[in-house]
Amino acid sequence: MTGPRWAMTVDTRLCVACKACVLACKAENAVPDGFCRDWLVEETRGEFPELHAQNRSERCNHCSEPPCVDACPTGASHVAGGGAVLVTHDKCTGCKACIAACPYDARYVHPGGWVDKCTFCLHRAQRGDQPACVSVCPTYCLDFGDLGDPDSVVSHKLRERRFKVLHPETGCGPNVYFLE
Amino acid sequence: MAYTRREFIRIAGAGAGAAAVGSGLASRWWGADGDPVPDPGTDGDRVVPSFCELCFWKCGILCHVKDGRVTKIVGNPKHPLSRGRLCPRGTGGTGLLYDPDRLKKPLLRVNGRGGQSFREVEWPEALDRVADGLKALRDKHGPEALALYTHGYGGSWFKHLLRAYGSANVAAPSYAQCRGPREAGFRLTFGQGVGSPENTDMENARCITLLGSHLGENMHNTQVQDFALALSRGAGLVVVDPRFSVAAGKADHWLPIKPGTDLALLLAWIHVILAEGLYDHEYVEKYAVGLDKLREHVADKTPEWAYAATTLPPEKIVETARFLAGARPASLVHPGRHVTWYGDDTQRTRAVAILNALLGSWGRRGGFFLPAQLPLPKYPYTHYGTEPKPPADVAKGHNYPFADETIASGVCEASIPGTADYDIKGWLVYGTNLMLALPEPEKTKQAIQALDFIAVVDVLPAEITGWADVVLPESTYLERCDELDAPPWRVPFAAVRQPVVEPMYDSKPGWWIAREIAHRVGLADYFPWKDSVEYAMQRAHAAGLDCDVMKRDGVVVGAPAAITIEDGVEPAFDTPSGKIELYSQALADAGFDPLPEFTPPEEPPPGMFRLLFGRSPVHTFGRTTNNRFLSQVMSSNELWLNRRAADELGLADGEQVVVVNQDEVRSEPLALRATQRIRSDCVYLVHGYGHDAPGLRFARGRGANDTRLVTRTKIDPLMGGTGMNVNFVRVERRQP
Amino acid sequence: MTGNLEVVTTRHNAAIDPVLSAWGWEIPVYLFLGGLVAGLLILGAGYELLHPDRPRSRALRAMPFAALGLLSLGMLALFLDLAHKLHVYRFYLAFRWTSPMSWGSWILLLVYPVAFLHGVGSLTAGQRETLLARRALAPLLRPLLRWADRARRAVLKTSVVAGLGLGLYTGLLLGTLAARPQWNTAVLGPLFLASGLSTGAAFLLLFRLDEREHDFVVRWDVGAILVELLLLGAMLLGFAAGDRSAQHALYHLMGGPWTSAFWSLVVFAGLLVPLAMELIGRRRRLPLAALAPALILAGGFALRWVLLVAGQASSFREFP
Ligand SMILES: Nc1nc2c(c(=O)[nH]1)N[C@H]1C(S)=C(S)[C@@H](COP(=O)(O)OP(=O)(O)OC[C@H]3O[C@@H](n4cnc5c(=O)[nH]c(N)nc54)[C@H](O)[C@@H]3O)O[C@H]1N2
Ligand SMILES: Nc1nc2c(c(=O)[nH]1)N[C@H]1C(S)=C(S)[C@@H](COP(=O)(O)OP(=O)(O)OC[C@H]3O[C@@H](n4cnc5c(=O)[nH]c(N)nc54)[C@H](O)[C@@H]3O)O[C@H]1N2
Ligand code: SF4
Ligand code: SF4
Ligand code: SF4
Ligand code: SF4
Ligand code: SF4
Ligand SMILES: [Mo]
Repeated sequence: MTGPRWAMTVDTRLCVACKACVLACKAENAVPDGFCRDWLVEETRGEFPELHAQNRSERCNHCSEPPCVDACPTGASHVAGGGAVLVTHDKCTGCKACIAACPYDARYVHPGGWVDKCTFCLHRAQRGDQPACVSVCPTYCLDFGDLGDPDSVVSHKLRERRFKVLHPETGCGPNVYFLE
Repeated sequence: MAYTRREFIRIAGAGAGAAAVGSGLASRWWGADGDPVPDPGTDGDRVVPSFCELCFWKCGILCHVKDGRVTKIVGNPKHPLSRGRLCPRGTGGTGLLYDPDRLKKPLLRVNGRGGQSFREVEWPEALDRVADGLKALRDKHGPEALALYTHGYGGSWFKHLLRAYGSANVAAPSYAQCRGPREAGFRLTFGQGVGSPENTDMENARCITLLGSHLGENMHNTQVQDFALALSRGAGLVVVDPRFSVAAGKADHWLPIKPGTDLALLLAWIHVILAEGLYDHEYVEKYAVGLDKLREHVADKTPEWAYAATTLPPEKIVETARFLAGARPASLVHPGRHVTWYGDDTQRTRAVAILNALLGSWGRRGGFFLPAQLPLPKYPYTHYGTEPKPPADVAKGHNYPFADETIASGVCEASIPGTADYDIKGWLVYGTNLMLALPEPEKTKQAIQALDFIAVVDVLPAEITGWADVVLPESTYLERCDELDAPPWRVPFAAVRQPVVEPMYDSKPGWWIAREIAHRVGLADYFPWKDSVEYAMQRAHAAGLDCDVMKRDGVVVGAPAAITIEDGVEPAFDTPSGKIELYSQALADAGFDPLPEFTPPEEPPPGMFRLLFGRSPVHTFGRTTNNRFLSQVMSSNELWLNRRAADELGLADGEQVVVVNQDEVRSEPLALRATQRIRSDCVYLVHGYGHDAPGLRFARGRGANDTRLVTRTKIDPLMGGTGMNVNFVRVERRQP
Repeated sequence: MTGNLEVVTTRHNAAIDPVLSAWGWEIPVYLFLGGLVAGLLILGAGYELLHPDRPRSRALRAMPFAALGLLSLGMLALFLDLAHKLHVYRFYLAFRWTSPMSWGSWILLLVYPVAFLHGVGSLTAGQRETLLARRALAPLLRPLLRWADRARRAVLKTSVVAGLGLGLYTGLLLGTLAARPQWNTAVLGPLFLASGLSTGAAFLLLFRLDEREHDFVVRWDVGAILVELLLLGAMLLGFAAGDRSAQHALYHLMGGPWTSAFWSLVVFAGLLVPLAMELIGRRRRLPLAALAPALILAGGFALRWVLLVAGQASSFREFP
């Protein structure tokens, strides 16, 4: 296969749940008020004082087998370059089948009538920039890159670290990896 | 197995193979209009570098402007404090700039102070009114009767105005309500405070110890970056906090200490480190005095002794002492920042300083670097006249010998007639919301009512503006140029704040307001510059900096300097002995404990909890809680209460509760967060909520205001800091 | 919050959080009407195919036109649900075989001419005369009638197939959305088809059928209800035997928020009571003949409504 295979890694050991990624995404992508393309999940397990916390900056997983694309009747939801899953606004009817199909609830109806979600900031990737959330993150816990390139940061991290994806049982093949 | 349905449809579809092929063709063929990558188009047609003012850290930013509107703010990669990244608040400057509730015109009060009724006026009338107030004050009480409260970088013009006017009563709540004790404690020990930005070399630390300092929630950008860099390089982390903070969630050792007993833990750590000889012998020998006295002092401060006070198991105390000593000298016991907790704060931070001295971390890589600074010559202006009277920030008969800045709460008290050596009769307030920042807000109101005159310069109709005679609307940091920023740091640099867009409404930049007032009270000579840009560039030019580069990049970075002993700098200690003072003769001479002594704090009465507060990463105090952009990720505070304690009270997670303090002051209602993440003897909430100013149309009525519950403080006898973690509350279900 | 897990999230997207509610009343209405129309087509065409020489009541003859009207109402509901109504034509610029929504839009397009032809062929001689008397209609109608009559059996068969497709599709639409554990069951397609048959039958029973038609429809209805009960049982057993997310789906209907609606409206009032009434009614003609069909219709709608909202609320996430 040629071309990149975009993926993101989130180092949950470093993430401080500050939400800079959420706000930077909103600013970069003019995400309408009240909606977000990425979000924070802060989990605490255990019993005081034996507690364990995990912070995750979550977003669309740009699944390798994206059920949202399968469910879309118009082709608006599609797999674009590098495996990123995008929505073409003027093909979207707002039927919401893709929303119901996404196990991660990563999508929402944009007030403009189309379904919106994380684009992996492909408009930035195209010119060699990192996604807005990655480039703002003050803990350097987000990385974005090409899984097909063994020398990319994401490839390195996935070789070196223990990681998980969210709900692998759905079989969607998520491409956002949480380093533990 | 879960995903059978999807397989089914795929197989069924594939079975109809022709249909499958057809569908592929069809959607591609019919969909001839293609799938372009969507571009949100938020890149500016102009990008202006500047520095941030959403808090006091002053990170470099790049502001994208499109069709005259700021579309987004990103980090300036060239600026040493941001390195291209921002904390969550930094992105939110647009939420302030375009806040529909901004002050838009000068206001004059029409009836009683605090009544919130004003009439809009033009600038000349407002400025004349301020000038009349100042002239009358000078004539009647002398210039020292005027006080300036200022917090924020635009305040420099007003500080200058006050010195020219003849008053030394310049105060900020960021001293006696914040980092004052730490500065005093470190100055007493190392002859130097840690300043802001702090000279911690966290990035290179091999072990970090945090007492309270909740990095990650406390979001000073560079610190959080350094913290994360250290962790990613495998640094150890010890977090001492009654609450399972974000940082505690990353710690090798979380010590859920009983609030107010950190000094006991610190003394026990010192005990273990001395007893086991884990300290840096050579360093202490060379640089420090008083080791023997210290050794003697902590001989009985055993881990078992500390256990009784702190509730931390002795084994854990020993283990963590060895853990943090094992990483020395790159072992940083963080000095903290907001340390006005229990009134023993200078002594506690002195224990932190002593511990760092034993680890040999001051001046060392991975400890505290010895900062470098770009020297900026002053803009040439008329010299100030005679020395003003010393500030009236200490009540009659009191003395805080180790205070090195003016005590804001003291200046407030001095406004209540007869309290201090002389009365303060007028206030200028710049960029500080004293109603939320000073403890005992009823006292603040009493003080204001006694004033002849009060003017407030702000960007928002914050609570304090409701008490002003004159309200002057300042332009936000994105609309103005201020003083250059060249703090002591690991690399010397100077940054410029540049106007990104024209001032909105009838707002004016601080430099202009200060100059206009100066002109009206006969101090024009002190403000000879054309405007702040000319002022800033004159200084930059005089320092030999390239002004074009500064304007283009927003910052000029000097040559890297040697900043640690490893780099070859010899540390100098500005103490009486010229050495690190483990034992402080100065303290002994002033009648204080020369070595920190622990006194157990008062216990909360049965059924009550100690009230603790802190930061949210997305907000700065109450100054951003009206910021609608930032509020999208947090729009109210919650009351953290231990889950079991909540169960015992029959309170459920998420329900609305009211907090009532020992003086029966009731909080605004807020949601309960019943959580494992806090001890059961204290409750916690984020400071900055519970606004009641009617003009803050968004923030008003959201969450609870901790300041109203701080109806008592414990004053630090060394430097006058107001220990605020000394209030007790009970938690009640909100009555409908 | 489950057990010792505490979860805090910043995501509060409208209609997504805290539980998905992207689809409102429009979708169950559409699914219900779609199923009903499927039932009408299958039963109407089936009866004629099985008993080609029996006379048929006016009601049964008019059925295909009623089906067309009901289907249009359903499609209107679907249209109202679209967030970008002007883009509705996009459904017909693509056929996406992995998307039941796409199948559905094309099936709907197929059902219209089939049902129309089915209806035209069912017109009584009298009706035909009245229509042909209109000068404007005659030139078009005459060849159409001739063709519809000649191809009658083929039309009827197509009608059954279209009905089966439509009925199954209303279930598969949800059933393929495996992201929702509540819908992630093989039962949904046949269940909605059976329910479609039953509601179609019930709808017919509201009108004046002749004796034999009535018996035919009731027999099929009883059968459909029995199948439905079996399938619902299989669905619950399947959830019970499933993983954590399936357990969560089960909980919704057994103890959770939709338990009472499911058991009282769907199972008891919508299936068991009308079943009993129909079984008794076969022997003794009961007063209130319209009650059982009305209950079935309400139950059929309730089934779709409960499964739609519970399905949206079911999730793989560990926190509800
Ligand atoms: N996002 C954001 N960041 C900020 C600010 C902001 O407003 N917003 N403000 C900035 C300013 S000016 C300051 S001063 C700093 C303040 O930030 P810090 O200096 O970190 O503030 P503290 O009050 O020390 O920290 C509060 C923490 O101390 C814990 N604590 C309370 N009592 C005790 C105790 O007795 N012992 C111990 N060990 N821990 C205790 C609380 O549980 C809480 O986790 O933050 C700065 N950073
Ligand atoms: N109860 C309680 N009290 C505390 C604390 C606490 O945690 N709890 N924390 C203490 C600490 S650590 C500190 S540092 C202090 C901080 O106290 P303050 O510095 O007073 O902080 P804020 O309350 O945010 O007030 C900032 C004010 O400045 C205004 N402002 C913002 N930008 C500008 C500008 O560009 N120009 C002008 N003119 N005004 C502007 C805002 O509208 C707001 O009114 O509070 C202390 N007091
Ligand atoms: S910006 Fe980075 S550290 Fe902050 S919440 Fe997002 S991923 Fe976590
Ligand atoms: S996370 Fe959801 S929206 Fe994103 S590709 Fe996967 S299924 Fe589609
Ligand atoms: S809402 Fe838009 S993107 Fe989603 S399935 Fe429907 S047409 Fe496709
Ligand atoms: S990659 Fe871009 S669109 Fe996706 S969450 Fe990050 S900033 Fe938002
Ligand atoms: S730390 Fe955040 S709010 Fe403070 S100056 Fe830096 S970016 Fe701005
Ligand atoms: Mo502070």
